Amino acid sequence: MLVRSDNLTKHFHLSKNQTLHAVDGISLEISQNETLGLVGESGSGKSTLGKTLVGLLGRTSGEVYFNEEPLPKAFSAEDHLRYSKQMQMIFQDPYSSLNPRMTILDIIGEGLYIQGAHNKDQIRELVSSWLVKVGLEPDHMSRYPHEFSGGQRQRIGIARAMIIEPSFVVCDEPISALDVSVQAQVVNLLDELKQSLGLTLLFIAHDLSMVRYVSDRMAVMYLGSLVECGPANEVFFDPKHPYTELLIESNPEPDPKLERSRQFEPIQGEITSPVNIQPGCRFADRCPKVMDQCRSVTPHLIAVDTNRTVACHLYS
Amino acid sequence: MSENILEVTDLSVEFTTYGGTVKAVRDVSFNVERGKTLAIVGESGCGKSVTVQSIMGLTPTPPGKITSGSAKLNGREILGLPTREANQFRGVEIGMIFQDPMTSLNPTMTIGDQIAETLMVHRGKSRRDAFNQAVELLARTHIPEATKRAKQYPFEFSGGMLQRAMIAQSLACGPAILIADEPTTALDVTIQAQILEIMLELQRTENMSIILITHDLAVVARIADNVAVMYAGEIIESGSVDDIFYQSAHPYTVGLRSAMPSNTGDRDKQLLPIAGSPPDLFSPPKGCGYYARCPYAMEACHESAPDPYTLTEGHIARCWLHHDDAPPTDVIHRVTR
Repeated sequence: MLVRSDNLTKHFHLSKNQTLHAVDGISLEISQNETLGLVGESGSGKSTLGKTLVGLLGRTSGEVYFNEEPLPKAFSAEDHLRYSKQMQMIFQDPYSSLNPRMTILDIIGEGLYIQGAHNKDQIRELVSSWLVKVGLEPDHMSRYPHEFSGGQRQRIGIARAMIIEPSFVVCDEPISALDVSVQAQVVNLLDELKQSLGLTLLFIAHDLSMVRYVSDRMAVMYLGSLVECGPANEVFFDPKHPYTELLIESNPEPDPKLERSRQFEPIQGEITSPVNIQPGCRFADRCPKVMDQCRSVTPHLIAVDTNRTVACHLYS
Repeated sequence: MSENILEVTDLSVEFTTYGGTVKAVRDVSFNVERGKTLAIVGESGCGKSVTVQSIMGLTPTPPGKITSGSAKLNGREILGLPTREANQFRGVEIGMIFQDPMTSLNPTMTIGDQIAETLMVHRGKSRRDAFNQAVELLARTHIPEATKRAKQYPFEFSGGMLQRAMIAQSLACGPAILIADEPTTALDVTIQAQILEIMLELQRTENMSIILITHDLAVVARIADNVAVMYAGEIIESGSVDDIFYQSAHPYTVGLRSAMPSNTGDRDKQLLPIAGSPPDLFSPPKGCGYYARCPYAMEACHESAPDPYTLTEGHIARCWLHHDDAPPTDVIHRVTR
């Protein structure tokens, strides 16, 4: 296991009596050179989980292990320096995640500089080789972010994360701000880099088809907790949890004949507030298969098949 | 063949900027049939939104300018009408909803009052009648506790609820056409499914036409009857949804489809991105706009773009590959990255 979390919890205290349960007791494992896809509606805590795993946010309780070594609860400056060599993040919005006043050379090379490479020529050379690897030109390095399109900026964000040669990268919705034709470029680039560098990826997205396509395993989150986890194809084509089932049914396919023949009831209601969550299944209010115990007893992840886990009373 | 409720012919729109003139929409023609959904698809910046905004008279002039074309709503010309006359069809015969409902609604007015305002202005109703009807409209878009919700402000609504409120508002005067500009792009798939279902339901009950602007081919497959694919300000292919998906003619349409993952058929085929990016519309290429990215580009494509060519009844493409009059001199021009 490269990355493992044990009962990871992140709460935000909003006021005296209000606690936002962003991530609530998540245990998951990501092995070396694996892509774990993380899906869920907005507000389900996907990004918070990603940020907590790499130490950008301190955690409330629980443990995170990297290479079986426990990570500190809140990162000090030294911890950041130490672990950023191995863990990096690619952000969702390619517009706000690049400093508009820095050149591309400074943006991509900053990580190397912080990690102790002070030879300017060497940095320049590495940045230039990474620009080529992500499909840009070496002479782009003297430009500023506003001179690039969204797809190009996302490549800059990728180069910035990859130049450190990390072993674990959290990709937080790296493609949702991009056009379809460009999405495929970025996804293929990430895949190439994963193969050539032996990377381990946490791929956060809400586009289910894309997650199935890029991931080895898929994890589904709802209101801060993990409801289902398993091999991506199995979860997608044979979902166990009622939420996963409805999520996948809601996902339209680019196939008009299939869509015309599809009979389904859209999932009712909306994701509830993650503030002051009561015991019981968090999906109970919207679940078509709800039972009495769902409203009082919190379901825990249990193994239902080889490699597959589900948190639902239907399977206990 | 059903009747066309909106006929747009040869619409061209330009914007004058300090950097030069942007030819945002070039010779766009399409028809909207009664009770049908037309989807306009394309990448960001291809002119989808400008096209419908020009029809609605919502392009700011200047810098915008409609240089040619006509748009006939039930046979009546609606392009270039003065504001007073334009207001007689805007929001009455054509309703519109936008991508970002949070910024399209007035944050200082309650949802009910905003919908009621439409009815007071266009239908001359009293405040009380209009408000009661607003509550009914909210209930029709499946907003729970509509009476209570009508008295709330936009910030108290979630994204999905706001989009329903926008639909309710656009329906107030019983429009013949609903223009939906990326209505579900900002929403989760579960909420997207709910909104699309409401749109389909309203279309069935009101026999309303919908113009859906989107970049998501899966949404198109879900609700469209007809599709127009736009690229660099032009419609490069149009036809029924089956023509576009199963008989794609233009290399760009084929490219878009191969760039998306599919969960049916050949499941794990490699995604084929379209290399490069769309042309600069300050100086659109004289030939086909897709020339620089097209894997089948020929010399002729660089020189000129063909006129729209009818492949089968209603299926039109703008590509030399399918054209009878294609010049015979062609050598395949290999485009490398």
